[in-house]
Amino acid sequence: MTAPTTERATAQGPPPPRTLRDVVFVDGVRTPFGRAGEKGLYAETRADDLVVRCLRELVRRNPSLPPERIDEVAIAATTQTGDQGLTIGRTAALLAGLPNTVPGFAIDRMCAGAMTAVTTTASGIAAGAYDAVLAGGVEHMGHHPMGVGVDPNPRLVAERIVDPSALVMGATAENLHDRYPEITRERADAFAVTSQERYAAALAAGHITPDLTPVAARHTGAGWDLTTADEPPRPGTTAEDLAGLRTPFRPGGRVTAGNAAGLNDGATACLLTSSDVAEELGLTPRMRMVGFAYAGVEPEVMGYGPVPATEKLLARTGVGIEEIGAFELNEAFAVQVLAFLDHLGIADDDLRGNPWGGAIAVGHPLASSGVRLMTQLARHFEADPSVRYGLTAMCIGIGMGGAVLWENPAHSASTDGSDGPHGTDHESAGENA
Amino acid sequence: MITTTPEPAGGQNSAQTDDVTLDELAALDAGARTTAFPFRVVDLEPFAVGAGSCALITMDDGAEPTKPTTLGPRAFVNLRDTLDEVAALAAAGTVSSVAVTGKPFVFAAGADLLGVSAIATRGQARAMARAGHDQLRRLGELRTPGGGALPSFALVNGMALGGGLEVALQCTYRTVSTAAGRIGLPEVGLGLVPGWGGTQLLPRLIGVQAALQVIVGNPLSGGRLLTGAEAVGLGIGDVALEPADFIEESLRWAARVLAGDVVVTRTDHAGATAEQDWDAAVNAARAQAWSKLHGAAPAYGRALDLVALARTADRDTGFAAEDEALADLIVSEEFRSAVYAFDLTTRRAKRPAGAPDPALARPVTRIGVVGAGLMASQLALLLAQRTTVPVVMTDVDDERVRAGVARVHASIADLAAKGRMSSDAAARTTALVTGTTDIADPATGFTGADWVIEAVFEDLAVKRAVFAQLEAVVSSECVIATNTSSLSVAAMAQGLQHPERVVGFHFFNPVAVLPLVEVVRTDGSERQAGTDDATLATAFAMGRTLKKTCVLVRDRPAFVVNRLLMRFMGEIHAAFDEGTPATVADGALEPLGLPMTPFTLLRLVGPAVALHVQETLHEAFPDRFQASPNIAAIVDAGLPGFWAQDDGAQKEAQKGARKDGAGERALDPRVEALLSVGDAPSSAEAVRDRALSALAQEARAMLDEGVVADPRDVDLCLLLGVGWPAHLGGLLPYLDRSGVSEAATGQRFLPVGVASVPA
Repeated sequence: MTAPTTERATAQGPPPPRTLRDVVFVDGVRTPFGRAGEKGLYAETRADDLVVRCLRELVRRNPSLPPERIDEVAIAATTQTGDQGLTIGRTAALLAGLPNTVPGFAIDRMCAGAMTAVTTTASGIAAGAYDAVLAGGVEHMGHHPMGVGVDPNPRLVAERIVDPSALVMGATAENLHDRYPEITRERADAFAVTSQERYAAALAAGHITPDLTPVAARHTGAGWDLTTADEPPRPGTTAEDLAGLRTPFRPGGRVTAGNAAGLNDGATACLLTSSDVAEELGLTPRMRMVGFAYAGVEPEVMGYGPVPATEKLLARTGVGIEEIGAFELNEAFAVQVLAFLDHLGIADDDLRGNPWGGAIAVGHPLASSGVRLMTQLARHFEADPSVRYGLTAMCIGIGMGGAVLWENPAHSASTDGSDGPHGTDHESAGENA
Repeated sequence: MITTTPEPAGGQNSAQTDDVTLDELAALDAGARTTAFPFRVVDLEPFAVGAGSCALITMDDGAEPTKPTTLGPRAFVNLRDTLDEVAALAAAGTVSSVAVTGKPFVFAAGADLLGVSAIATRGQARAMARAGHDQLRRLGELRTPGGGALPSFALVNGMALGGGLEVALQCTYRTVSTAAGRIGLPEVGLGLVPGWGGTQLLPRLIGVQAALQVIVGNPLSGGRLLTGAEAVGLGIGDVALEPADFIEESLRWAARVLAGDVVVTRTDHAGATAEQDWDAAVNAARAQAWSKLHGAAPAYGRALDLVALARTADRDTGFAAEDEALADLIVSEEFRSAVYAFDLTTRRAKRPAGAPDPALARPVTRIGVVGAGLMASQLALLLAQRTTVPVVMTDVDDERVRAGVARVHASIADLAAKGRMSSDAAARTTALVTGTTDIADPATGFTGADWVIEAVFEDLAVKRAVFAQLEAVVSSECVIATNTSSLSVAAMAQGLQHPERVVGFHFFNPVAVLPLVEVVRTDGSERQAGTDDATLATAFAMGRTLKKTCVLVRDRPAFVVNRLLMRFMGEIHAAFDEGTPATVADGALEPLGLPMTPFTLLRLVGPAVALHVQETLHEAFPDRFQASPNIAAIVDAGLPGFWAQDDGAQKEAQKGARKDGAGERALDPRVEALLSVGDAPSSAEAVRDRALSALAQEARAMLDEGVVADPRDVDLCLLLGVGWPAHLGGLLPYLDRSGVSEAATGQRFLPVGVASVPA
């Protein structure tokens, strides 16, 4: 594959046919996640500074990437005001000391913000608009509690466009329990306990820390601290502990603080390039993007979103579910992961799914989480070359799901740009497209 | 106090030798805020395996970054408590390193000067000196369980001045932010020495030559400070790191040092420098300081003695010598004067006494400058640069206007070429400055101007004519300002329909360098309104926009600065005219360490201007101001000054440096041919007494007339308008402490304790 634009500016003749380029995930990092609130790790740390820290860490870890080669900095945030405002992708790039020739933007798809930052810029790479991008997300839920400042159009409810419960995420999770009565609170709690156990084991095994960039956070009266570890996990949580928790979204409900992700602060970012640019710059691809899909569902059961998104993705790429050896699924609520696993016929405790635990343990700073899934999936690929395909998927507020399919470059069948059975469609996307 | 075991209460042993304990001293602390030293144990292992845990101390006074963190007795109590805890953790092996940093944008700014000023006895002063040493040195002397030295790191994230920098020097290693812009040891400029280890540690760390530059040379050069990059270049810092993640990357660097991945090699310059080289460097610095100060500021000598000592003294001896020097200096009048001057130029300058409510100021969107000569061109440039509104220059003919505008445009091009103005700013400023001979032209003239300033020939009739022309063109609210240096502003306003919008706005030459503007308010009378509050507020707002310090003065001849300068120069020249040799008369004030001698000042001001001001003052105060016939003679002959070789006067004055070696100068032979001198020479001492007594009388007369409301404004004017030395505290503290005030006027200017050691 050649860069599509270099020879196009000749005076005569039609432009040559466009070719698509492979998109590779080179590296991903995140801040340690904190608990939102006055006592949290980042209570007095700015959201944009968390992003800056991730961007600088990526540049530092990839010294062969000339910063001026970065063509875009796409940063997601659900609430784009205050320290998450001012076109955070651009301002964070400037604050990170990237050359002022590097552009940036802000993007939002609620919980799938960072995922969308990745897929949107990946599309640009595939089309030849970008060579290298930084994509990520941030949510400082302490500074920007969910729902503050929103002004839902009254037609949404008046015209029954959405159910009133659709805007309260916990209520949508209760709705999903209603729809799938076989997913009981006990199953949800057991899943949550497993998430905590798997995270603790992964941390102890040294799997978590390498992807973290330590953050200096200051607290009035207490001075500077260095955060090197996630704050949300509650190691040693038992099913008995969880059984006693109240159900805040519905009396006698099933969703608790224990079987859902918490309210968190954190940021993530990753480096994506085209495969040829990675080779040119001496960067090692850790995942190759096979495809992605987003799909909508009834907003009041938003947690079901990953199911149609994944179905759509598999249909488009021709990859069978049985070929996927690793899943990184965002655990907004245990029930939505269980609904997804049930649909695919995967056991609750199958080790292919979230082997290092998930958001129930580590936390879910809304728009940042998508890249955390990808960064961890890349680690699973490295650890197990027998896995060829991996899936990152998440549910999204207002009734959506997102899924991205990745191929492991370390797998024997994977040769970048080969005509393998499930390779990306490399054909011309049409002349003068 | 080099110990091999941790001392849980290391600070308290000063009580054994001093009259005053740290806790007693803390009770006397007059500082407004107290710096706390909270610490966290942070894990460095993610950065480098084997780096262990670090006690990260933050110096934080809880105030916003614009208020720098300071160190005082109460702070040392807090630091003692923190270091006691850290020492215990180190002894237990819980931490294997210690680091210290500051609140955002500030590392620490050293001793709280106002707090130190409250110290009244030498015993307290010595205790203060010891308290600093006792605590700060512990940063470099903590121990591991095995008795080895516990590595310490200073993360210099921002401003590190004086004692703040000494905190860093006491540590084993230093990282410095490339955004840190104010690093240095300015103590000698304030009448102290960097005596919390600075004189002993810095020469050993970076070499005696470089240390002398930081400790003595930079304070002598107008208080120059270092950037973070410069500090690392000199070896003060070990590594420069970017500000975006300075704390994190500093800790990573520390972790790599601790893990052995980074090795810092050091030379102990004390051991590596020969005695004669060390002493030669100190002596050269001593000569440099003498040439500028003539011994007027004792702190320089004390600092140099301490640097000389640093080559051979062990820590205890060196630090003890610093204690003694600080003990002497803290209770010295020179230090009190310097703190007084510091307070004037940093605090009083920002809140001009007597200024009306700033809300009364009118916006200025177009400016007129009457005159297109040298002074007017300087004003036009400054006004355009700082206000960024159109500035229209005018003069009597096209040729002068064109020349004036071209001069401004050339100055802008020059600034751009030197990189002191961006090309965009240069283009904008160039476009802002235009000229016209027709100020009534509605498009290109003064129509719509909110502020007009005149800088035409110093002749009352000429200025009145200008004002009358202006009033016909500009609105009734447009401020009409005059840059006159000695004429009556009210007299200029005579005959105007709106004299209340007339104000004096007197700059000092060179306009771009000297920060003072005398804002002259005219007194109202039954026949003529005085300057109104809106006009005055607009003038103060303009001063702020121009980044000048405004002092409100009454409309009295020559205001403050020129009146005092002329009185004092008048006495020097009178002594010369009577037959005192030129070198004796011109050098009589040498022991004060003034920035230039009277003859050099005459050349800088211009003999014709000086003569004119002197004549104006003679008219007003014929018994005290006399125009020198010899100055009149050189003005008539068109000569630039008395000394033959003084061409660098202007340049030197702009650099803030002083022409030295007045005694070696010779009179310009052309001047000698014109001179007529008497046969009654005076000694230098007599000339000095005469000049200082005259200054005291004149300052007293000015205060009695209400030229300024407060004696502190006299000093503020002299400090900022003519560079009167801060080490003297301006003029009045010197006159008070040398006894001249009482001898000449029967009273002090400032109560005891204001610029002197409290009773």
